[in-house]
Amino acid sequence: MFDRGAIINVRNVGRHAIDSVLRLGYAARFFALTLAHSGTSFRRPRLIVRELYFTGVLSMIIILVSGLFVGMVLGFQGYQTLNTYGSESALGVLVALSLVRELGPVVSALLFASRAGSAMTAEIGLMKATEQLSAMEMMAVDPIARVVAPRFWSGVISMPLLAAMFSAMGVYGGYLIGVVVIGVDEGSFWSQMQSAVDFREDIVNGVIKSIVFGIAVTWIALFEGYDAPPTAEGVSGATTRTVVTSSLAILGLDFILTAFMFRGI
Amino acid sequence: MERSTLDLWVGLFVVAGLGALTILALKVGNLGSFGGAETYQISASFINIGGLKPRAAVKSSGVVVGRVDAITFDNDKFMAKVVMNIETRYKFPKDSSASVLTAGLLGEQYIGIDGGGEDAMLANGDALKLTQSAVVLEKLISQFMFDKAAEGGSAK
Amino acid sequence: MAADNLVEISGVSYAYDKRHPVLTGIDMVIPRGKVVAIMGISGSGKTTLLRLIAGWFKPTRGSIKVDGQLIHKLGREGLYQMRRRMGMLFQFGALFTDLTVFDNVAFQMREHTDLPAAMIRDIVMMKLQAVGLRGAHALMPSELSGGMARRVALARATALDPMLIMYDEPFTGLDPISLGVIRNLVRKLNDALGSTSIVVTHDVQEALDIVDYVYYLSEGVMVAHGTPEQMRASTDPLVHQFVWGEADGPVAFQYPSRDFSEELELV
Repeated sequence: MFDRGAIINVRNVGRHAIDSVLRLGYAARFFALTLAHSGTSFRRPRLIVRELYFTGVLSMIIILVSGLFVGMVLGFQGYQTLNTYGSESALGVLVALSLVRELGPVVSALLFASRAGSAMTAEIGLMKATEQLSAMEMMAVDPIARVVAPRFWSGVISMPLLAAMFSAMGVYGGYLIGVVVIGVDEGSFWSQMQSAVDFREDIVNGVIKSIVFGIAVTWIALFEGYDAPPTAEGVSGATTRTVVTSSLAILGLDFILTAFMFRGI
Repeated sequence: MERSTLDLWVGLFVVAGLGALTILALKVGNLGSFGGAETYQISASFINIGGLKPRAAVKSSGVVVGRVDAITFDNDKFMAKVVMNIETRYKFPKDSSASVLTAGLLGEQYIGIDGGGEDAMLANGDALKLTQSAVVLEKLISQFMFDKAAEGGSAK
Repeated sequence: MAADNLVEISGVSYAYDKRHPVLTGIDMVIPRGKVVAIMGISGSGKTTLLRLIAGWFKPTRGSIKVDGQLIHKLGREGLYQMRRRMGMLFQFGALFTDLTVFDNVAFQMREHTDLPAAMIRDIVMMKLQAVGLRGAHALMPSELSGGMARRVALARATALDPMLIMYDEPFTGLDPISLGVIRNLVRKLNDALGSTSIVVTHDVQEALDIVDYVYYLSEGVMVAHGTPEQMRASTDPLVHQFVWGEADGPVAFQYPSRDFSEELELV
């Protein structure tokens, strides 16, 4: 009665759905394993320090430059809009709140996912493809404890630091354009900002957001690498998936966190 | 990469990150201006608090002297009870008045305290007797329209 | 005959899922101190057998005993303890690309022992000397040729003087000189360390020269076994085709397909 092709399609969709759920379960188990095997990372902090260089330090340039540009654009755009209501003195508020609450954590997480996240996926995927992870297992060293966990913690530590750097640079960029170039009053720029930005509500919430993003992005990146098929196409597909899935996760989590955190305001 | 160079860069990274956080907290946020000063609590009841929120500023003569701690509804008096934390170094006479004011035309609302003339000062837990509620825009407009209509009617 | 067996495999079958059995009913013993080859064409299941011995997979049926212990029944701790006494040489070396040659060889000692740095250094140098690469200790794996990388991997696998050394296709893709080097090392190291070695390979001539015994697998089943001389002299068509590299025989030249004249639409 039904077209044979249609039945096959429905079956495929069902199979894909089940595969996705299975994969999600596997990813959750992977996450739990990573946390469980983190003891080595903390007993030998050198492992985390080494990864901090690759995830954090090497991401600094792109974060700082992007933060500066985003802040400068905010300065321009913000001035245009506020000027029509005669409220240019609120530019500092606009720039600071946009950055600290949203743009800082979100944009730096997106950049982190593309730079550090994809690098982690490629690295782990390649180690898997060249049997380095198997070799480690054969030498009775747990690859999750030795390779995955240190990278996970370095990502979680790096993310809030990078987000703070992004926001700080952005505020400076906004200041540069707003006060130095356009000529908004310096005093009101800073003073209005300071009275509007609350430490607990805005800054701490922003830090919490970036920690959550850090956990999500690093988890996805490491899982995709660990689960990648051990071929060239497999690793490249995994790298792409990391960036796409991380970006979606960041935006989705941002919505959920924002809804929770900024309800009353 | 030499171990020591790596350590140096990671150290710089962490310092930069924490530094950025500190800058944000102090220069951008309000942590510097209102740290851990000693406070005492006073309360005031308003018929209408408008858009006043907890952690709003309490100012006197335009200077921040404290923060709104909590806002509750008093079911007996049918008024809003606002509890404020005032910095210990600022003392106000018992007959001071509190009003709900707006910062700028469309800005956030805060509490303004006008000092009274009594000698006795407010202590922890005291309540302000004189209060002025927030100006609610709708009531203002309807009042204006009512006045205008009354004016038109009496002119006829 | 009843020499102490390091590895005993009885009735082992393994399948990923019901439709794809990889190994069926394998019986094998690896006597202590010997070098044994497991041979077969690609896809015959020999690498899987090696992984089963190392405890990577659990057999769906049968048992595997290594040094008297049922390896598939060991928990994580027990398995790791067992693996410290094994060394495996992977097909392309699998050296850690972010560590130097020295650090690669020193890896196991640093992870599992508390040996002082000076002692580790001596042992690493001795191992590298044994494979002829002591001068290369500061190089990175990316700077090594294929043969050199494999030798370093061999030094790494034997760093803790394992009781069982396993080789997964050690001769693949090497030039004749490197081939000769690795071949000699397999035998020399085994005898010098008093270990037992299992070599999985399809490089017949290289293997037959150095091993003590051969097991031949075809499509997941053990079809023949014997000493190298016996294998060379075998008249079994499967073994004969493999040992002498004949293009056609029991393993057909043509992949299963339609009749050729049909294909060309001549009929």
